[in-house]
Amino acid sequence: MTTTAARATGAAEGFKPWTRPEMAARLAQDIPEGWCVNLGIGIPLLVSNFVKGREVIFQSENGIIGMGGLQKPEELEPWLVNAGKQNVNLVTGASIVHHADSFAMIRGGHIDLCVLGAFEVAANGDFANWTTSLTDGVPAVGGAMDLAAGAKRLWIIMDHTSKGGGHKLLEKCALPLTALKAVSRVYTNYGVFDVGPQGFEIVDIAPGLSIDGLQAQTGAKLERKAA
Amino acid sequence: MIDKRVKSIAEAMQGIKDGSIVLFGGFGAVGHPTHLIDGLVEQGAKDLTLVGNNAGSGRVEPLVRLMATGRVRKIICSFPRSSGSVVFDEMHKAGKLELELVPQGTLAERIRAGGAGIPAFYTPTAYGTALAEGKEAREIDGRMYLLERAIRADVALVEAWQADRWGNLTYKLSGRNFNPIMATAAELTIVQAQHIVELGAIGPEEAHTPGVYVKRVVHVPYGDPAPALAATA
Repeated sequence: MTTTAARATGAAEGFKPWTRPEMAARLAQDIPEGWCVNLGIGIPLLVSNFVKGREVIFQSENGIIGMGGLQKPEELEPWLVNAGKQNVNLVTGASIVHHADSFAMIRGGHIDLCVLGAFEVAANGDFANWTTSLTDGVPAVGGAMDLAAGAKRLWIIMDHTSKGGGHKLLEKCALPLTALKAVSRVYTNYGVFDVGPQGFEIVDIAPGLSIDGLQAQTGAKLERKAA
Repeated sequence: MIDKRVKSIAEAMQGIKDGSIVLFGGFGAVGHPTHLIDGLVEQGAKDLTLVGNNAGSGRVEPLVRLMATGRVRKIICSFPRSSGSVVFDEMHKAGKLELELVPQGTLAERIRAGGAGIPAFYTPTAYGTALAEGKEAREIDGRMYLLERAIRADVALVEAWQADRWGNLTYKLSGRNFNPIMATAAELTIVQAQHIVELGAIGPEEAHTPGVYVKRVVHVPYGDPAPALAATA
């Protein structure tokens, strides 16, 4: 981050926001062995690259339990795709189910963790990630609402601010909601936050950023996590 | 002798009426019954309501040609938007194509319920969102749910990997997706299969769809779907 930009955010010089791979790695650290995890399209899909040295089962909404990494060109199996329609591998021990069974697994609370991107997250856990407008453009929703309603835990991974510097962690979402009170944790390039009874609680901060600097970029009161 | 095999796509598509509700399988291109939809374009039925996960891409594939030629009144789907969804975008914007947007899990369960004789069910999905509008809500054991109706169709267009003359079906990998549930949820289930096998070749523990759901099977050994482009995060 340039010095000018750092001053503009109220951050200290030497503030290093986490890169996307670093955010994904930070989130991956918090996934224990044995969990069944669904990763949404976009930044969340990076997380699986950083789960190493332990067995985590990645579920894909189109009916794959035991999704592996992206196929290399020489591995091409065109009948295997993930939720983002990319060609992926299966891991040893994988299984395939149809769409109703996949969403029964999701809705029935059998997924330990879902990781999604978002436009906005509110201090009570409401979040908006499926559309920026109900009137303009072509709408699309996919599996996000089902995942939010059914997963045991929902963690959001997203940039802390929008491209124009607008707040994405807010008292109340302005954009159309994906689900009410669904989010329990948020990972951004500035920090990691739990959604607690009083709102956002700081779990971790990116190097060089002060709490005041962080608060200035956040549209809701940040609490320190109780020790 | 029970034999559901037909000799051509045209024969498979015979008798589809105007105004039909048509389910089509596929998650993007994988498991999508492209050739049956092309057969539907040829067959001529119009004023259709289509039900599927996506709404096609580009200007060439049969699904978009069906929409572009004004044969589709309405589409019920979960993810119409894609980088290439030009025909859907144009028709929808011009008011020529009605969209019922349904969360993907709700769509799958509405189809499953339609095949299973369950007329309606409660789901927590979409409660409190714009997609709850107009729907009955109910509290059950302290949580809010929306009432959703089953989808029961006139026609289901399915892609299978293997089929036998009884209509028993297997699917390949993520080509499964909506196909097994759609096969159960229509009066007329039409299948395009990559492989037609002898009765008994699909063993009792292997059949993903029992043949009782299937009316017509046509052999379409076209090969593999186009490989998906790897998107960047």
